[in-house]
Amino acid sequence: MNKLIVSPSPHTHGRESTQSIMRDVLIALTPAMVVSVLASGWSALILIVVGVAACILTEFLIQKYLLKTPVTVCDLSAAVTGCLLALNLPPNAPWWLIVIGSVVAIGIAKMTFGGLGQNIFNPALVGRVFLLVSFPVLMTSWSDAGSMFGIVDAFSGATPLGAVKEGLANGLTLSQITADDLTFSQEFFFNAGGSAGELSAIALILGFIYLLCRRVIKATIPVTILCTVFVISGIFWLADPEHYTNPVFNLFSGGLLLGAIFMATDYVTSPMTTLGQIIFGIGIGLITVFVRYFGSYPEGVSFAILIMNCAVPLLNKYCKPHRFGEVKK
Amino acid sequence: MKKTFRIGGVHPDDSKISAEAAIEIFPAIETAYVSMAQHLGAPATPIVAAGDKVKVGQVIAEPSGFISGFVHSPVSGTVKSVGPRADIAGNMVQHVEITVEGDEWMEDIDRSETIVKDIPFTPEEIIEKVKKAGIVGLGGASFPTHVKLAPPKDKKAECLILNGTECEPFLTSDDRIMREHPQEILIGGAIMMKALGVTRGYVGIEENKPAAIASMKEAAKAFPQIEVVVLKKRYPQGGEKQLIDAVIRRQVPSGALPIDTGAVVQNVGTSLAVYEAVQKNKPLIDNVITVTGRCLPVQHNYKVRIGTPMSKILEVAGGVPEKAGKIISGGPMMGRAIANLDAATVKANGAILVLTPEETRRRPESNCIRCAKCASACPMGLEPWLLNKLSRAGGLHAELEKERVYDCIECGCCSFTCPAGIPLLDMIRMSKAEVMKIMRSRPKK
Repeated sequence: MNKLIVSPSPHTHGRESTQSIMRDVLIALTPAMVVSVLASGWSALILIVVGVAACILTEFLIQKYLLKTPVTVCDLSAAVTGCLLALNLPPNAPWWLIVIGSVVAIGIAKMTFGGLGQNIFNPALVGRVFLLVSFPVLMTSWSDAGSMFGIVDAFSGATPLGAVKEGLANGLTLSQITADDLTFSQEFFFNAGGSAGELSAIALILGFIYLLCRRVIKATIPVTILCTVFVISGIFWLADPEHYTNPVFNLFSGGLLLGAIFMATDYVTSPMTTLGQIIFGIGIGLITVFVRYFGSYPEGVSFAILIMNCAVPLLNKYCKPHRFGEVKK
Repeated sequence: MKKTFRIGGVHPDDSKISAEAAIEIFPAIETAYVSMAQHLGAPATPIVAAGDKVKVGQVIAEPSGFISGFVHSPVSGTVKSVGPRADIAGNMVQHVEITVEGDEWMEDIDRSETIVKDIPFTPEEIIEKVKKAGIVGLGGASFPTHVKLAPPKDKKAECLILNGTECEPFLTSDDRIMREHPQEILIGGAIMMKALGVTRGYVGIEENKPAAIASMKEAAKAFPQIEVVVLKKRYPQGGEKQLIDAVIRRQVPSGALPIDTGAVVQNVGTSLAVYEAVQKNKPLIDNVITVTGRCLPVQHNYKVRIGTPMSKILEVAGGVPEKAGKIISGGPMMGRAIANLDAATVKANGAILVLTPEETRRRPESNCIRCAKCASACPMGLEPWLLNKLSRAGGLHAELEKERVYDCIECGCCSFTCPAGIPLLDMIRMSKAEVMKIMRSRPKK
């Protein structure tokens, strides 16, 4: 007989591990990646592969040679960052751009804070915003990408949000800008243009449903963000439909769905209690709408999430869960 | 919608592989080792000495305080010695060692199978009988039952809840007694309701025990005051506070006693023991123990005399398999790992579970990813991740008290659910003990 083990309870463990959770996130991102590759061709695929490889390699090198700590790339968290970063870039961006973004995301936003679980800001978003301010032209040009299998016509020009912003700046009204090409169904299945991950709402929603079914995330944060955006943009739109885009357009355009479902729900950089998550979601929704309507950038989801990331420690401190037996005063 | 408790909880595999094994009477043993610490509170004082002849059911030790209990001889024979012996953790505890000779019972014990339904006793007589029979809570905490049946004067009991949830994976002894002795359990419940002066009784059973539910529901037709409540399967539903919340939707306030909600909770095993004590004059000398594990060829539910060495039970059950890695007294969530297999069973032992090293292996610990799954799983609404952080920092007792570490019921949901494999409960348990020590040392207001 073996020597018997004596240790405190519990003597059994659930099936979930950090790796299984990250694997689920990758599975949930798959429909969006497939749509991106179908719509934009090989360049989108290269971007994803290079992004994942660069993130994993950066983490590996830092852990192995700089920090000399155990290498934990097998937990797949770096792979998730790589995928998210790739989906946040224009699909035709050059490969070296995502390498720079990956080094910033993992090297600066994640590892300098102590690695997985210690970072304040979402690494993929830090990478994206770094690229956005450093390479504004490359990051906002959505030139002719070409369709891989001819399913969708080649895109060119600005994103819908970009077009709206530019038009309004030139003194046009919305009805003049949009003419008739920004229809709902188009947004829902294939966006008229945008970063890789912004292309299809349905693919992102599929991923969302998968994450909910696997209990990887709760619906609180995404639902709060989307409701806030819908309500706030709805109020502005009702007040002045010629200058403010309609709420449905706001929900399905830009990186809102990608951000709300996959970036704002990042465990490490989101609050831990339901109340905290609701405040966090409302904050992101408000900032997103304000940046879109009043900011100089056409899109505000990245900024909104990063700004609300700062508030997470405070939200965790003040939003406590409902304790058993606690009577509401 | 089936009822359940409102905060936290997890869903471990229920693994009730011994559920179909009917209760077997465990064969006679040669020597019984009866512990004097079979109940929460002060150990009992032995009143026998080496050489004394004892019968089954004879008192061999008396209570030594308000929270203490009588202990009876589970066998007949000669007292060989009275002295310290190692318990399952290896701690030395006073035991009475009895060499078994025949099986001679005390004359006043009714050993017939006839079910006695009438309860001719007053509440005081019932409580006295329960006390004299040495009955303790058989759900695991082994709190003396007579103390719970006589709540303090300023508290008023409103209902009795019988705990048949058996929410721990693997355990099936309560399931078996509910299938095989439903009437006795319900009479025991009626006796306790009479003692408490309440007219409302419930039996909470989790949905994964359909046979027990059917048998209890059938028997409950004769007891209009007692309702069988089918509960959703969710751990730790058998926790006293969780069960009260699930059945009557009231939460015990922090620091208060369960009786403050008006509910008294008793395990179904305790109820059966109360029936036997009050109606049959049989003290608590045996209990049903599940012997289970995926690595065991046969699963058993044995009716075992108290004081039987665990090693003897395992031997009769087919021996300890080569690949056994951990042997647990109780279930995999809250049971205690046995360090000394020669330790004898006590009243509250409900199971012996044999796990292989693979089944019980702890995960390597990695960084907390702040997923908050521990906080969602905590049935007390605590934040295990935060308590873990504060505990590891060391010396932060005031902060830990503010975060209500003392409310932890040590159910293990946090450690069970943590994807990063952090031993949250180990850390919390340590700091909880420190904080409670500080709290107790304060002058009472």
